[in-house]
Amino acid sequence: MDRAREETDVKTRDLAYIALFAAITAVLGTLPAIAVGPVPITAQTLGVMLAGSVLGARRGFLAVLLFLVLVAVGLPLLSGGRGGLAPFAGASAGYLFSWPVAAFVIGWLTERSWHRYTVLRGTLINVVGGIVVIYAVGVPVLKAVAGLAWDDALWTGAAVFIPGDLVKAFVAAAIADVVRRSYPVIERPRRAAATR
Amino acid sequence: MRFRRPGAAPADADVADPGRGIELRGVGHRYGDRVVLAGIDLRLTEPRIGVIGANGSGKSTFARLLNGLVVPTGGQVIVDGLDTRTQVRAVRRRVGFVFQDPDAQIVHPTVAEDVGYGLENQGVPPDERAARVAEVLARYGLAGHADHPAHLLSGGQKQLLAIAGVLVMRPARVVFDEPTTLLDLVNARRVAELIAGLEQQVVVVTHQLDLLDGFDRVLVVDGGRVVEDAPPGPAVAAYRTLMAGR
Amino acid sequence: MTLALYVPRASVVHRLPAGVKLLALAALAVLLFARPTLTVAGAALLGTMAVGLGVARLPVAVLARQALAVRWWLAALFVVHALTTDVPTGTHTVLRLLTLVLAAAVVTATTRVTEMTAVVQRICGPLRLVGVRPERVGLAITMALRFIPVLIERADRIRAAQAARGGSPRGVRALRTTVAPLLVQVLQMAHDVSEALDARGADDVPVRRSRRV
Repeated sequence: MDRAREETDVKTRDLAYIALFAAITAVLGTLPAIAVGPVPITAQTLGVMLAGSVLGARRGFLAVLLFLVLVAVGLPLLSGGRGGLAPFAGASAGYLFSWPVAAFVIGWLTERSWHRYTVLRGTLINVVGGIVVIYAVGVPVLKAVAGLAWDDALWTGAAVFIPGDLVKAFVAAAIADVVRRSYPVIERPRRAAATR
Repeated sequence: MRFRRPGAAPADADVADPGRGIELRGVGHRYGDRVVLAGIDLRLTEPRIGVIGANGSGKSTFARLLNGLVVPTGGQVIVDGLDTRTQVRAVRRRVGFVFQDPDAQIVHPTVAEDVGYGLENQGVPPDERAARVAEVLARYGLAGHADHPAHLLSGGQKQLLAIAGVLVMRPARVVFDEPTTLLDLVNARRVAELIAGLEQQVVVVTHQLDLLDGFDRVLVVDGGRVVEDAPPGPAVAAYRTLMAGR
Repeated sequence: MTLALYVPRASVVHRLPAGVKLLALAALAVLLFARPTLTVAGAALLGTMAVGLGVARLPVAVLARQALAVRWWLAALFVVHALTTDVPTGTHTVLRLLTLVLAAAVVTATTRVTEMTAVVQRICGPLRLVGVRPERVGLAITMALRFIPVLIERADRIRAAQAARGGSPRGVRALRTTVAPLLVQVLQMAHDVSEALDARGADDVPVRRSRRV
């Protein structure tokens, strides 16, 4: 791709993709939570996984960051209609801050296995980025803010959510695989975008 | 990635030569291995130019070449002496572009904000911006809607808004990509009349052949090439013959 | 669709610049963690309620909603602390968190989204040095707000189209026949929007050194 074309073609488009996945993450938060036993499973982190696995590391990170900015400026976009600055002050703030990092890690790993991407591989990537990273940040923050012991923090802050997260990791990979083949964003062949 | 070459002048200082029109020199374009346009040499100076062709003929890419939204993979597009490859910002200021679907074009929450968007990008001061927005809204019958949510307008009003958002920037030339395809007959006629009344040079890509009445020149694009270049009558006739043979 | 937590009132709190309110919120957080005592936490909570309900005249429901959103959390925290450390620590931890949540809710309810966005743009100002242009951040916010209702509408449309053909697929098939096509559609839409923005000079900003975003 020559310089001039890239200069005019890539940047605003990337910005639009970033805005799109911020919006997707927001809309997923409006879906009703599915209760699995006593634990509500929400679709919001599905948006985080999709942002990373469809857009790649940098744009995925920025999309989720933008989503958090929208929440912070006062839009009720977190699941359950929460929003504003309050969620960033609570004990679960660590999870929120981990999301952009999670999207970045998922995106980075996805970019590296782009040509060998399968639903299984994608699921594993989403588990690493979307589960390991999120709890590695979220649980210590929870422990510190709430003053819990490790075992309590791990139980209330991670273990009960993991079954739902595994389902989401698979779902995100299945979707990303279809999108990868029908509208690749991470590695775009010069597609016929302008000739529809 | 964007690096201004050392010594390159900023967009405002680019000297345009308005008399030259739009020149395409040996233009071809491909997406990967797929050739969408090839061997195009044209000079477009007439005030009213139409472009017709079947779906997938390459006419949409052709339209995007004229203001640098697409930079050709081969050859050059020169607008008033400015190359779309190297002076794309100056070119975009001279050539406005109206899309088929106004919904893709309107992003700002209210009518006035959306119309003012292009001026903001040009660095027009707020007072002048407000005045020019008000003037354009009045001209296209949207004056009462300035603070109205843009997405609650009717389809016809949205297309007028999209056009207003381009004309407020006072481009010297305007490209329309199927501007009436999504409109009903009444609104399509309003847009046609609006186009007819413009003082700018106009290039219209369309499937609606009656839009071309009174045009100076019509290009028929087929298989990525310009296969006919004539006044509307003969060009449309050639197009009908071409399509009848499919 | 109402998409804001702002509650319009004519009050001093509402008129304060958004930046000042955010600074005050940050200061409160620092205070609560630097002085972790029951008295400080209790006083801060009362002060926050006085400002929110008394000065800013917010409806009780606005604050109650945010408090209710975290109620199970706080209850669980209290129980865990009562069992593992002691009741005073539990009380004070809960009060501290509740105060921060409510104070943040007060700032949010008294500040318009556009003001907050302006603050975000201002905060991004120094990022110019690393090549981020604040106007682009503003544009991204505008686009995201534009896309949210569009997404909901498109999802409904796809669902209706599926229903019209007698199907309401479930499971993995639903992902492939509904969600993935929706994503492809909206990616194309985002592309179209960006093209239209560029045609109106979205990237027509004089730039010396910026490379990204």
